[in-house]
Amino acid sequence: MRRFALILVPYLWLLALFLVPFVIVFKISLSDLAMAIPPYTPTLDLAEGWAGLVSFFRELDFENYVWLTEDALYWKAYLSSLQIAVISTVLTLLVGYPIAYGMARAPEEWRPMLLMLVILPFWTSFLIRVYAWMGILAKEGVLNQFLLWTGVISEPLVILNTNLAVYIGIVYTYLPFMILPIYASLERMDESLLEAAEDLGCSRLSAFWLVTAPLSKQGVIAGSFLVFIPTIGEFVIPSLLGGSKTLMIGKVLWDEFFANRDWPVASAVAVILLLILIVPIILFQRNQQKQREAEG
Amino acid sequence: MALDVFAPWDDPKAKPLIQFKNVTKRFGDFTAIDDLTVDIFEQEFFALLGPSGCGKTTMMRMLAGFETPSEGSILLAGQDMAPVPPNQRAVNMMFQSYALFPHLSVWENIAFGLRRDRMPKDEIATRVEEMLRLTRLEKFARRKPHQISGGQRQRVALARSLAKAPKLLLLDEPLGALDKKLRQETQFELMDIQESTGTTFVIVTHDQEEAMTVASRVAVMDEGKIVQVATPDAIYEAPNSTYVADFIGDVNLITGSVETEGETLRFTWAESQPAIVGASTKTFGKAQNVHFAIRPEKIAISAQKPEDAANAVPGKVLDIAYLGNISTYHVQLAGGQVIKAQTANNRRISRRSFTWEDDVWLSWTDTAGVFLER
Repeated sequence: MRRFALILVPYLWLLALFLVPFVIVFKISLSDLAMAIPPYTPTLDLAEGWAGLVSFFRELDFENYVWLTEDALYWKAYLSSLQIAVISTVLTLLVGYPIAYGMARAPEEWRPMLLMLVILPFWTSFLIRVYAWMGILAKEGVLNQFLLWTGVISEPLVILNTNLAVYIGIVYTYLPFMILPIYASLERMDESLLEAAEDLGCSRLSAFWLVTAPLSKQGVIAGSFLVFIPTIGEFVIPSLLGGSKTLMIGKVLWDEFFANRDWPVASAVAVILLLILIVPIILFQRNQQKQREAEG
Repeated sequence: MALDVFAPWDDPKAKPLIQFKNVTKRFGDFTAIDDLTVDIFEQEFFALLGPSGCGKTTMMRMLAGFETPSEGSILLAGQDMAPVPPNQRAVNMMFQSYALFPHLSVWENIAFGLRRDRMPKDEIATRVEEMLRLTRLEKFARRKPHQISGGQRQRVALARSLAKAPKLLLLDEPLGALDKKLRQETQFELMDIQESTGTTFVIVTHDQEEAMTVASRVAVMDEGKIVQVATPDAIYEAPNSTYVADFIGDVNLITGSVETEGETLRFTWAESQPAIVGASTKTFGKAQNVHFAIRPEKIAISAQKPEDAANAVPGKVLDIAYLGNISTYHVQLAGGQVIKAQTANNRRISRRSFTWEDDVWLSWTDTAGVFLER
C-alpha cells in the first residue's frame, strides 16, 4: 500500500500538471473562434445534463487542423523551426564539445570551479541575459564599437534582428545543456584507454575518433536532445533577437494567442508542436535507457 | 641429459634487447629513476620488483614511450628509443586496469592494433582467432568487456597486447586484480605463453612471490635504483644487501661484528652467545659491523643440542604459527632476541614436537646464512 502511494505521487503530478492542461488545450483546439469570454465555443454546461454533453461533443471538430494545412505560414514555420533547431544544435555541439573536453582534461582540482563557471549564467534571469545580447549585437552595440575601434570593420555589422543573432542567442543559452552531459561522459573515461590506443598504433587524432568519440556518444546524444527539444518551441530568443524574417513556430503561437486572439488555432499549433516533439523525446529516453544498461 | 640453461646475461657475447644507460627521470623535484643502468635480453621474463613509488612503473612507461628519460638513453635492439613515439614502437603494454575498450567486443579489442597496421582482413581474422585460442577465449569473442569475468578480461588484455607480436611486452601489475587462486594459475599460463611465443616480457609487480614464480631474472628496486638484478634463487639465497634480504621472503637479521676475517667468518652478536660461524663470499674487515641474514627454513629446531652443527643456540618457544604446510616457531634466546625457525609439516596429524615455553635448540650449518653490510 505504501509502495502504491509512493508511485502515485509522480502520477498525480503528471496528471495534474501535464495531462489535464493538455486535455484542455486539445479541447480548445477542437473548438471554434467566438467573440466571447473565453473566446471560443462550445463551452461545457453541465446544467443541461446529457443533452448538453451530446451537443457539446457534436460541436467539436478538426477544422483548425485542416486550416493549419491550408495556410502555408504554419508548415513553413514548423519547418523553419526544425531547421533553426537542427542548425543550433549542431553549432552548440561544435562549441560545447571542445569546452567539455577541455574541462574533463583539466587538472582535477580545477574541475569543480569550471563546472561552476558553466552553470553560473543560470544565476541571472534568462530574459536579462537575452537583453544583454541585444546590447552587444545592436548596430551601436558593444561588439560593433569594439570592431570599429580595432579597425577590423569600417561599417557596423547588422547582426541584431537576423537569424545569426538567433543562433548566437540559442547557442549561448543552451550551451550548458550540451556541455554537462558530454563532460559527464568524458570525465568518466579511463585515461589509460587513450594510452592503450596509442600503444596499439593510434595517433593522438585517431585515438580520439576511435576511443574518445564513441565513448562520449551517449553524452553527445543526450546533450543534443536537451538543446534540440526546447529550441524548436523557442519563443523569447527569436522574438527579441530575431528579425521579421525569422520564422519560428513559438512566435506564430504567440501571435495567434495574443495578437489574433484565436485560441483554437493557437491550441492546434501547440498540439501539433507537441506531437512533433514526442519523437525526439522518445528517442532521448531510449538513449538514456541504453546508457543505463551499458553502465549496469 | 641436462637442458641448456637459459642465461644470456652470463654470456659476454650476447646482445641485449633493451639497454638502460645511465637513465635518470625526474618529475619536478622528485627523482623517480636515479642513474639506472641495466640490460634485458631477448626472450627473457624480466621482473621489476619493489614497493610502490620505487620507480618500477616509471621504467615501464619509459619503455612504452609514455615518458622520456630526463638523462641517459634507452636502446631497443641497439637503437635509441627516445625519438620514437609510443604508436611506432615494437613494444606493447598490458595495462594494470587492462584498459579494454568498453565499446568494442573482445574480438574487436584484440583486432584493434592489427587494424591500425592496415593488415588485410583475412590475416586479421586468422591472427585474432589464434590469439583467442592461445588465451582460451574462443567462446567470448562476441562479448563486450563488461559481460565477462575479471580473469577473462585479464586474458583479453594479454591477447590484445600480444596480437601485434611485439618484440617486447610490458605487463603492469597484470595479475593485481585477480584473487589468489586465479593469480597462481594465471602465473603459469603467463609463463607458458611467454615460452610459446618467445616474446620478451617485462613485468612490473610488488608481489615478490609472483616475481619469483614467473621471472627468469628479478630486479629489486628501491627509490629509483636497482638494488640487485639476479635470478630468483640468487635473489633469495644470495641477497647482496640487507634491503633485498628483508624485502624478499622472511628473514632473521642479526646485528653484530666480525671477530675473525677470512672465508669462514666468526661473528659476535651477543655477549652470552657463542660466535656465529659462517662462510662469506664477501670480505669484511675485522670488527666491522655487519648483518647476518638467515632464512627461517634454514634453521633446524631440536630438543637436544645437535652434535655436529656448526652453530647451535638454546632458546624457548615463544609463539607458533601453523600455516598448514609449514609451521613457524618464534624462539626467544637468552639475550632476548627472537629468531624465527620453520619446519615443514610433512606428516599429517603428527604430534607436534614442541609447544609453547619448551626449551629448544636452534642450529644451522656454516653455509646457511649470508653476511651483509649494514
